[in-house]
Amino acid sequence: MRYRRAGLAKALACTAVVALAATACGSGGSTTTSDGKTVLTIATFNEFGYEELFKEYEAANPNVKIEQRKTGQGAPHHQNLFTKLTAGSGLADIEGIEEGYLAKVMAQSSKFEDLKKIGPSDVREDRWLQWKVDAVTTKDGKLIGYGTDIGPLAMCYRKDLLEAANMPSDAEGVKALFENWDSYFAAGDQYVKATGKAWFDSASQVFNPMHNQEKVGYFDADDKLAIETNNDKKLFEQVVKAVEGGQSAKLVAWSDEWKRGFKESAFATKVCPSWMLGGIRENSGPEHKGKWAVSASFPGGGGNWGGSYLAVPTQGKNKEEAAKLAAWLTAPEQQIKAFKAKGTFPSQTQALISPELLNQTDEYFGGEKVGLLFAEQANKVPAAQYKGPEDGAIQENVIAPALQSVEQGTSGADAWNTVVEGAKKAAK
Amino acid sequence: MTTELTVTSGRGAEPRPPRREDNDDITPAKVNWRHRLTHLDVKVSPYLYIAPFFIVFGLVGLFPLLYTAYLSLFDWEMGADEQPFVGLDNYTTLLADSQFWNAMVNTLSIFVLSSGPQVVVAVLLAALLNTALRGRTAWRMGVLLPYVASLVALTIIFANLFGPQYGMVNNILEFVGIDRIDWQAERWWSHVAIATMVNWRWTGYNALIVLAAMQAIPRDVYEAAWVDGASKMRQFFSITLPLLRPTMIFVVVTSTIGGLQIFTEPKLFAPAGSNNGGSQNQYQTVVLYMYQSGFEGFDLGYASAIAWVLFLVIIGIAGVNFLITRRLASTGGS
Repeated sequence: MRYRRAGLAKALACTAVVALAATACGSGGSTTTSDGKTVLTIATFNEFGYEELFKEYEAANPNVKIEQRKTGQGAPHHQNLFTKLTAGSGLADIEGIEEGYLAKVMAQSSKFEDLKKIGPSDVREDRWLQWKVDAVTTKDGKLIGYGTDIGPLAMCYRKDLLEAANMPSDAEGVKALFENWDSYFAAGDQYVKATGKAWFDSASQVFNPMHNQEKVGYFDADDKLAIETNNDKKLFEQVVKAVEGGQSAKLVAWSDEWKRGFKESAFATKVCPSWMLGGIRENSGPEHKGKWAVSASFPGGGGNWGGSYLAVPTQGKNKEEAAKLAAWLTAPEQQIKAFKAKGTFPSQTQALISPELLNQTDEYFGGEKVGLLFAEQANKVPAAQYKGPEDGAIQENVIAPALQSVEQGTSGADAWNTVVEGAKKAAK
Repeated sequence: MTTELTVTSGRGAEPRPPRREDNDDITPAKVNWRHRLTHLDVKVSPYLYIAPFFIVFGLVGLFPLLYTAYLSLFDWEMGADEQPFVGLDNYTTLLADSQFWNAMVNTLSIFVLSSGPQVVVAVLLAALLNTALRGRTAWRMGVLLPYVASLVALTIIFANLFGPQYGMVNNILEFVGIDRIDWQAERWWSHVAIATMVNWRWTGYNALIVLAAMQAIPRDVYEAAWVDGASKMRQFFSITLPLLRPTMIFVVVTSTIGGLQIFTEPKLFAPAGSNNGGSQNQYQTVVLYMYQSGFEGFDLGYASAIAWVLFLVIIGIAGVNFLITRRLASTGGS
């Protein structure tokens, strides 16, 4: 017994030492391996689909060794990013940044390298869709990230439910329904009247794309709060009216009840970025195969939701090598491979015309050519709206809860007052 | 009626080191040296033995506490280029912050809803477990099971049970003919749902502590009462409860400290992991608000101020509890 205990203690002690050593390696600065290779670290979250690409790059560049730090979810990855930006050390040579956190990163753009300066000279801005580049270009013209993927918006709808409500359900027929937000909400009224069921899943899921289509977001270009002067009040009232008319299924996005709602056919339409198709398939289950369809007609034109960038923090050691790798990874050829591996929809103009992408179909959505459809949607995205540093906070903690409170019975006027008050507090 | 347990305590109770009388063969210098060493051993060693605790406490307890106080005097935003000193500004903002007071009321309300029923049920449960049940040990272990299960897993299950649209609780309510309840929307009901999670987890634990105290009550007291003709009821209220008082105070104090720091339950009760505690902060607790300010808003100075105000509130309430304990201990014994 004694002997075994001692063994256990030893094992524990060793683990602790290894853990300490690993931490030291992680945040320290061993930038070369023992055989003289340059070590490049890259921190990503979810699935970027880069695993095979790293091997390819290492084979082509024998002097480079790539270490990937992969985090399961976006939130802890970005919390780590912001903490270590402040600390001034500990970040990877290349950091993945998600669109939703971009505004906060842009507010600290001085802590990232200008890729126009240190990146390979053959990488030009026209590699990407214009709005994708604009969103990551600072006011003084620095480019702090290379675009990876995007999330162009389309409208998903349940063919069977529309048919049951005696509404058009084929691709041509729904075009008129989804032409603009007025027609969308009018169709919602018609649907609610016919079936007594909800039209969309959640009010904030509808409000966000409406807001993102506007020229002026929550902040103007001088970072002054614009929520009282832009169009948001009008949009908010429009959504409130739809909620009061019974159009919302009142399901908080990503919650368990929301996922259940797909199975229960609780709503007939869903704003869906390209990456949402997988979620719809998973949540609705095999019993709803062929009932969902996706329409290229999106109210008010188009929009984007999600997608990421690769950036090079100034605190890194091998910044030019890192920029070179990031440039290679975000080239159209590589991004197509990532798309095939994990379905990340590419943001590069050349990738968007690649036959491999355009010929992609989805059986769950009735064999629709979703690659072609979303590539077209990507070209419909309006110019990038300026986002202030607190944009994400206002969307998540001010607008979304206020719309939820409307779904729970608060009056639209009260909810709007809460929005204005909350936005002012967040912008302080 | 009462049995006096005499415990020798205070000065003079400890055994003294034996004295040597026959020092004749030792020179005065040696005596002095040895004497000093012994003296030092007696005086210093105890502190040395207890030092590891205080060193670790200093590192992970006291230092963060003091550093938090320091941070709370700055506009310390994570990632900002400078962190200006603002004095007590964070505190004045906080005291005028309606969201903070809302969170404070929520915390107290959830605390009362959980601690109150918990203590009552724990005592009744302990009384049941103290009777001659078949398979006593199994029952006693059984009430501890919720405490053993992972808090996060429990909370996720409960959040699903209390789901407003597809939750089982509402389905049952509907089946019995009662109106469905929007557990997320209505402040009072959201508190009830959260308090239920707390009670589920802690009632069994407290019941076992109370049970241990019950078993420490000498049997002869009950026998005497039995001879005097007191019923079981009377025995419970006149013997068991009064003798449980010190334990009850312990239970109340620990649940005060735990209850005022409640975080996991409201955090996971929110449908999609939001830190808002409901659409209108219906169930946002003080710690959840602190977490939101610090780790979502990255305003560490403000979060530190919240932490300190909460710390003072807990000290205040614990102080009140201490005074009550002293009163009850002195009156309960006679």
